[in-house]
Amino acid sequence: MTRLTTEIAYTTTEMMTVAAARRLMDRAVCFVGIGLPSTAANLARLTHAPAIVLIYESGPIGAKPGVLPLSIGDGELADTADTVVSTAEIFRYWLQGERIDVGFLGAAQVDRFGNINTTVIGPYEHPVVRLPGAGGAPEIAGLAKEVLIVLEQSKRTFVAKVDFITSAGYLNGGEDRARLKLPGKGPVAIITDLCIMEPEPVSNEFVVTNLHAGITRARVEEATGWKIRFAEGMKETPEPTDRELSVLRDLHQRTAVAHGRAD
Amino acid sequence: MAEIVNLRDAVASLIHDGDVVALEGFTHLIPFAAAHEVIRQKRRDLTLVRMTPDLIYDQLIGAGCARRLIFSWGGNPGVGSLHRFRDAVEHDWPRPLEVEEHSHADMANAYVAGAANLPFAVFRGYAGSDLPRYNDRIRPVSCPFTGEVLTAVPSLRPDVTVIHAQRADRKGNVLIRGILGVQKEAVLAARRALVTVEEIVDDLKADPNACLLPHWVVSAVCVAPRGAHPSYAYGYYERDNRFYQAWDTIARTRESFQTWLDENVLKEQAA
Repeated sequence: MTRLTTEIAYTTTEMMTVAAARRLMDRAVCFVGIGLPSTAANLARLTHAPAIVLIYESGPIGAKPGVLPLSIGDGELADTADTVVSTAEIFRYWLQGERIDVGFLGAAQVDRFGNINTTVIGPYEHPVVRLPGAGGAPEIAGLAKEVLIVLEQSKRTFVAKVDFITSAGYLNGGEDRARLKLPGKGPVAIITDLCIMEPEPVSNEFVVTNLHAGITRARVEEATGWKIRFAEGMKETPEPTDRELSVLRDLHQRTAVAHGRAD
Repeated sequence: MAEIVNLRDAVASLIHDGDVVALEGFTHLIPFAAAHEVIRQKRRDLTLVRMTPDLIYDQLIGAGCARRLIFSWGGNPGVGSLHRFRDAVEHDWPRPLEVEEHSHADMANAYVAGAANLPFAVFRGYAGSDLPRYNDRIRPVSCPFTGEVLTAVPSLRPDVTVIHAQRADRKGNVLIRGILGVQKEAVLAARRALVTVEEIVDDLKADPNACLLPHWVVSAVCVAPRGAHPSYAYGYYERDNRFYQAWDTIARTRESFQTWLDENVLKEQAA
């Protein structure tokens, strides 16, 4: 079903952000990374999920930023949080203490079992590209009750097997992750600018469950480094509503103005 | 009791070639002024410890101060790569850099264990990750009561921890406000601690539960106004986001980095 009520054109990045935001339930406790995850989480908070609790690894709990943070420790997060604790406490009491419902992660590479690489492209000892590294992701991937992954889709980023598993998805698929007896069930969706993928029952291989409006199967196939499959009963992602778009654009606008003013 | 001294003397007496040095500050209160003094004094063979080696370690690495880096996330937040860090890892310039890589949860726990005077930290970490295969300091440990397998890493015990804070009083008691990161843990885990502050005040007016480091755990306090720039100091100045973006161009080539370093860090020596 396509929503035809909107006459505002939108970008694929906006579609991705909106689709990611919609996955967050009101009142969920959400561990948020900077960039797309933070944008989507705040869009959710400003639309359908006003009681969502946003936790950033720098220490703010219950942050309600009026403008998007450019860094994980912006003062805006401290100013608007219910409380600010130390980074050690965030990881020990709040993440390891199993207080997090949803971990929201980006990636440099993701594979067909939802494993994330943010460490190196090429061999570890002699990398072709040195990426930033793990950050909070390995433990978020293991300990948050569920994980959402959001990133733009291309053959370079969606590979059959990641060069390095920084943060575990379903490892080699099937029961491989279950054997680790982790508190977190793992990535429940990968949200891209083209589609939404979810793990197929039993195999835990990611398959397309929603195509964004106007995106063809061929376009998804071209942008995926493995032979991507499409779920039976695959749906079309509803287009962004006027409200979602206007809230998202206002947020970006306020952010640009605020950060432009920063000295 | 902390001595209130100038930054040049504090770095000269507290930080030595070959030391394990942690300059902490999680996006907020990053001690850039102190790092620049380390560069001016040409410290070499340092093991640099930091959860998020952003611009501050890009500068120290590019200036040739580091032999080894212990870290958990190395990037220019919201902008991209650290070009000097990558040049060192990928091309050994200006010298080879050994890399010891962890996760945030790991390093935060390792500082806590260091502050608590324990030999190692235990936590639930790295399940399914490849990192333990490449870092033999990440090892499994069994719970002596249940047999459950957990993750252990050695404590972080820096020779020196360097942080920036908003204020100290005249005795050298230090007050940190806003995003706290792991600064308190890193100071208490270290043998020596150097703290730069925006200003010295008569009365810190600290709440009973404020994050306060008593003067007797701090080796030296130095006044360094805007000493966290281009990061920010909550209540004093905002993050210079434009500089973080400009750094991408400055650090991209060896030549432009060296020019920046000459004009903005090394030239101050003569002043």
